[in-house]
Amino acid sequence: MTTTMTTDATATRVAVRAASVTKTFDTRGGIVTALQDVSLDVAAGEFVSLIGPSGCGKSTLLRLIADLETPTSGELSIFGKTAERARLDQDYGIAFQQAGLLPWRTIAGNIELPLELHGVPKAERRARATELLELVGLGDLAGRFPDQLSGGQQQRVAIARALAERPSLLLMDEPFGALDEMTREYMQTELLRICAETQAAVVFVTHSIPEAVFLSDRVVVMSPRPGRIAEVLPMRLGATSGRADDLREDPRFFEMVTAVRESLHGGAPSGRGEDR
Amino acid sequence: MTRATRVAAPLLLGLAVLVGWQLVVSVGGVDDYLLPSPLAIVAEMGEFLPTLLGSAGITGTNALVGLVLGTLVGILLALAASFSRTVDALAAPVVAALAVVPIVALAPVLNSMYGADSEFGRRAIAGLATFVPVFVNALRGFRQARPVHRDLMHVYAASRWQTTLRLTLPAARPFLFTGIRIASSLAVISALVAEYFGGPRGGLGGLISTSAASSAYPRAWAYVVGAIVLGLVFYVATALAERLADPMSSRPPRAGGTTSTTTQ
Repeated sequence: MTTTMTTDATATRVAVRAASVTKTFDTRGGIVTALQDVSLDVAAGEFVSLIGPSGCGKSTLLRLIADLETPTSGELSIFGKTAERARLDQDYGIAFQQAGLLPWRTIAGNIELPLELHGVPKAERRARATELLELVGLGDLAGRFPDQLSGGQQQRVAIARALAERPSLLLMDEPFGALDEMTREYMQTELLRICAETQAAVVFVTHSIPEAVFLSDRVVVMSPRPGRIAEVLPMRLGATSGRADDLREDPRFFEMVTAVRESLHGGAPSGRGEDR
Repeated sequence: MTRATRVAAPLLLGLAVLVGWQLVVSVGGVDDYLLPSPLAIVAEMGEFLPTLLGSAGITGTNALVGLVLGTLVGILLALAASFSRTVDALAAPVVAALAVVPIVALAPVLNSMYGADSEFGRRAIAGLATFVPVFVNALRGFRQARPVHRDLMHVYAASRWQTTLRLTLPAARPFLFTGIRIASSLAVISALVAEYFGGPRGGLGGLISTSAASSAYPRAWAYVVGAIVLGLVFYVATALAERLADPMSSRPPRAGGTTSTTTQ
């Protein structure tokens, strides 16, 4: 997994560092521990997936990194800053399961939104939006409105928007969860290409084992009640930038899929469902 | 249905009703004070056209002033209520109370408060009638922004003002215009009916009641027609404003199967 890493200073930079992060929610049914004592480092440029059954806190961890929630205890730093500072500095871009495009704005207008909010001049915004639409392969749709696009196209716009501020970290919460399998595989290959171009680190939440294996340098397997990290599995599949669709039929790929599946099911040799 | 028949059908129906009405009155011999004929009403409209236009101007101005002020106050208060639970809790019972006040019944009170020569009472009544539907719809509209959009604005470190301008207001737009469209008719009706309760003369409502009181029924009907036209003008104007404010009204045609989008 270290083949993408160069030996210069950026290789040792840490994009995300979580140290004993715990998050509890006060609900009507009492206190729920969403995350317990989670420690994780994500290196700059590294692709890390969080996988686990519902309620394992993978989305919560992502929301903590994004400063959409604050940890109950523990330390969280993004490029050495607090999560809030990193958010204010726009160090990361984010994409959710819902594309979350504003329906009254054109595609270009949606991509320009973060730039507009941060006072980037109009001409510069236009140029950046055009550039990003080319990057995600939607160059000819700038003037359309979101409801004129397919789900996959909308999600690509959301990714383009997440990249608008040239972040060195991308946070993605099941961005392909609502897409059909064919579109999904296509989007995964596209995402790896985009990541190779932008050199951004990625924290990627997913339900899908093949998706996590195909995309990641490392897969973080989480378990529920309380949410915690069960195991961190390095994917020995070569540099993410060099991965293509043929990897999906490679024996090494299946080996990694099996490893993640067994880890998810608590080390048992065969899957028996997640209720344990 | 083609565009031509869609436009022609209601026009023909209206014309048929008018012809039928005319026949019932002129051939059937209905008395003038019971039901004047359309032609008699049109004749009165022609004869009193300057008065008709002037009175429509007076009533229309009252309705417009009330509509604009009531809309502004309604939107601002709804915005405040959407920001603050306290304001929301304070405003909810007041608005509920206002909604059941027979607002027009305030006219005699307001007339005696502000003097018989003031149009203020009527404008206040139109404003109050406007306020309730605008506030209720606007408040619902300001809660339309989806959580994913709120999260995004937070992630972008957008200020409250930026979030209001770029998310809350556009998301509320259809609700705002529904409220204003309902209010536009209410404002005209309230301004008009308020004139029945005294105050300065010269508006449409005043002229309808004085004409009817002096047994000039065709003339009373002529002013009623004027009131209908005034209400329609307000309705069409707000519908037009809604269309103009819609960023998607100028959109290119929906993508067909022939566009050169990339593979999915």
